[in-house]
Amino acid sequence: MTTPMEATVRAEIRDWLSANWDPNLSLVEWRERLVNSGWGAPAWPIALYGRGLEPAMASVVDDEMRRAGAVGVARSGARNLATQTLLAHGSDAQKRAFLPPTLTGRYSWCQLFSEPGSGSDLAGAVTRADLKNGRWIVSGQKLWTTSAHHADWGLLLARTDWDVPKHAGLSFFLIDMHQPGIQVRPLRQMNGYASFNEVFLADAEVAPEHLIGQLGGGWTVATTTLMHERSHGDPSAAKPTDAGGREGRVYDEEREEIAIATEPYGWYPQRAGRVDLILERARETGRINDPVVRQEIAKLLILDRSAKWTALRARAAVAAGEGLGPAGSLIKLVGSHVARAAARVHTLISGADAMLAGAEAPRNGLIAEVLISVPAVSIAGGTDEIQRNIIAERMLGMPKDPSSDTNRPFRDVPKNSMARQPT
Amino acid sequence: MQYNFTTEQREFRAVLRRFFGQTSPPSVVRRLMDTDAGWDTALWRDLNTQLGVSGVHVPEAYGGMGFGFVELGIVLEEMGRALVCAPYFSSVVLATTAILNGADEAQKQALLPGLAAGDTVAALAFTEPNGQWDQDAIETTAHQAAGRYRLSGVKSFVIDGHTADLLIVPARRPGSTGQSGLSLFAVRGDAAGLTRTSLQTLDPTRKLARVEFADVEAELLGAPEQAAGPLSKTLAQAAAMLANEMVGGAERLRESALEYANLRVQFGRPVSSFQAMKHKQADMLVDVELARSAAYQAAQAAADDRADLPALASLAKASASEAYLQTAIHTIQIHGGIGFTWENDTHLWFKRAKSSEVLLGDPTWHREQMMRAWANNGSEVQ
Repeated sequence: MTTPMEATVRAEIRDWLSANWDPNLSLVEWRERLVNSGWGAPAWPIALYGRGLEPAMASVVDDEMRRAGAVGVARSGARNLATQTLLAHGSDAQKRAFLPPTLTGRYSWCQLFSEPGSGSDLAGAVTRADLKNGRWIVSGQKLWTTSAHHADWGLLLARTDWDVPKHAGLSFFLIDMHQPGIQVRPLRQMNGYASFNEVFLADAEVAPEHLIGQLGGGWTVATTTLMHERSHGDPSAAKPTDAGGREGRVYDEEREEIAIATEPYGWYPQRAGRVDLILERARETGRINDPVVRQEIAKLLILDRSAKWTALRARAAVAAGEGLGPAGSLIKLVGSHVARAAARVHTLISGADAMLAGAEAPRNGLIAEVLISVPAVSIAGGTDEIQRNIIAERMLGMPKDPSSDTNRPFRDVPKNSMARQPT
Repeated sequence: MQYNFTTEQREFRAVLRRFFGQTSPPSVVRRLMDTDAGWDTALWRDLNTQLGVSGVHVPEAYGGMGFGFVELGIVLEEMGRALVCAPYFSSVVLATTAILNGADEAQKQALLPGLAAGDTVAALAFTEPNGQWDQDAIETTAHQAAGRYRLSGVKSFVIDGHTADLLIVPARRPGSTGQSGLSLFAVRGDAAGLTRTSLQTLDPTRKLARVEFADVEAELLGAPEQAAGPLSKTLAQAAAMLANEMVGGAERLRESALEYANLRVQFGRPVSSFQAMKHKQADMLVDVELARSAAYQAAQAAADDRADLPALASLAKASASEAYLQTAIHTIQIHGGIGFTWENDTHLWFKRAKSSEVLLGDPTWHREQMMRAWANNGSEVQ
């Protein structure tokens, strides 16, 4: 049913697109028009590059953009994390300085949170930021930083006070990645890919106006970023706009942008176990006729389908206004079970061929890539153990673990000493 | 709605939960499981006069409520949760569904109103002493003489078979094999030549009987030798419903385990504050939620009469079997020593989990059925 509101919005965006949409512009030129008009982020406030529309009306805008084949604002990679964090916690000046060039895609971003000594315990970060002569001087090491090698700006979590409990001593900064104090090095993984980076900070500088939120309020800001990271879905699934056969400079540049953003994630489908290949592989190897193998395949498929239906139930609950909440942790944990089971069944189906890799191996090495990528899935984005804690504490209401680090100055808390040196 | 319930369905569930909470507490379950019948007419009458649940999936034309398998699944889930001792699975889920699938119009008019009102209690006498929920394994024969049918053979593992007013019985033409020659019959519980023996069961909340037919007069339901299709559909629908019942029981166990872990103090702190316990409870939630998703999906497939129902019913039954038993095992473990006592209620659900694991086919068999369905038509369920 079309409401009067919907009809008005639809007419307005159609008029605007017919006057302004031009696929022969450069990507940034086009997006500058889009951002200035407010149609690029229609659910955002009018004062902040949006049109203040309800989510339902914003999806009408998306719908019309799709119909016209018009490219939207930049969301890939960490850009969406940056804009959402700025929207929630940035000052007016920070929003004006960073939102437009991020939405147009001129700025790309990376997230400097994890450290060698703090993985699950993110709030135990020891990268330090000290105010000297009016500038923040940052030293330490960050890890698992996607796209750090072509990021313009970083979202940085650093310790500014060592004499208060750990959460209270963190601050959140925007740091310019193009400076001599920052060295980025690719981190090679056990599956041969180097999707992430180590970032070494040695007296890197941050301007005082790039502190986001309160001094010592970094954990609150980081929580916003993490919430959006968890709800943002699979970064490898980002797709260019459907041009519907049309051509133009803007499409070419967007394809390039998405290719850069998704490049680190080429192995992600393998990490999730490639259940989609199981029956094909079982048929092509003839293992489908082995009753023992059939049982193992059936167990895997039951797990995989049930996991998908559980995710759809959670999504339906969100659509009904019930909120996803910690159900996301349950779905993530189940994803680990599926991936591990899939690796086991792929091995069972491949037999001795599971010892091979590369061109001689099944599916040109793809199955081997599954076997050596699956161990990542139960660690990245929060380990299985952390997901179980979240399920137990937030879904089941069980008590939190006794704390040994939140009730004393961070200075006195036992820490790791595993920092590596830049080479 | 496939992944969520409507407001009406939620209200229906809430009414059922409240009713079963009041009428079927563990004290009542314990009283009824000690009787020979396994159920009593007072509770059965209340179920039907106050809730009308025997007619949930029976069309209104036959005196039912005219809902479908999603609503029937809600009833089963709530009954499984409260471990309700009543001839519901036997009479409503198995026998009534078999009549809906296999009987002709006049027979439906004659039989269904009594079943939907709960005035008649029926049982499906399918399985034989070989213990197979597979039509190929049916050996009971139906002789035709002078336009009348007479049955000979032995049925076993018949739920509520010793108390039912009416038995719905698949039997085959002598000499026929496999899926051919099978017909469906109705036999009165007091028919001459019928011997009904109550079996001693591991799960005292679900009574089973052996039923022997010595040249017993029977009424043919539907067309002769056309029962294979209706029967396999009935078993798939029943497996989907049993999965929902099992999920209800598993959920109840999971909640009781959590409640106990929160109450129990050891080493100066609630047992629920230990990470080993938190992680076990998280895993239990995962098991139950996955089985629940599968059970709901199967109920929806039954409601929509989809072609993939057999595969989905087998999937859901296999999933629920594993989840229910695993949850029961964890629940005893979490209760510690008290969990192994007769006094503690956990064993009532543990035994239901064990009997349900095998009823209508064990998980290994159902996984194979699922694989055959997917391998044969080449298209798996998405």
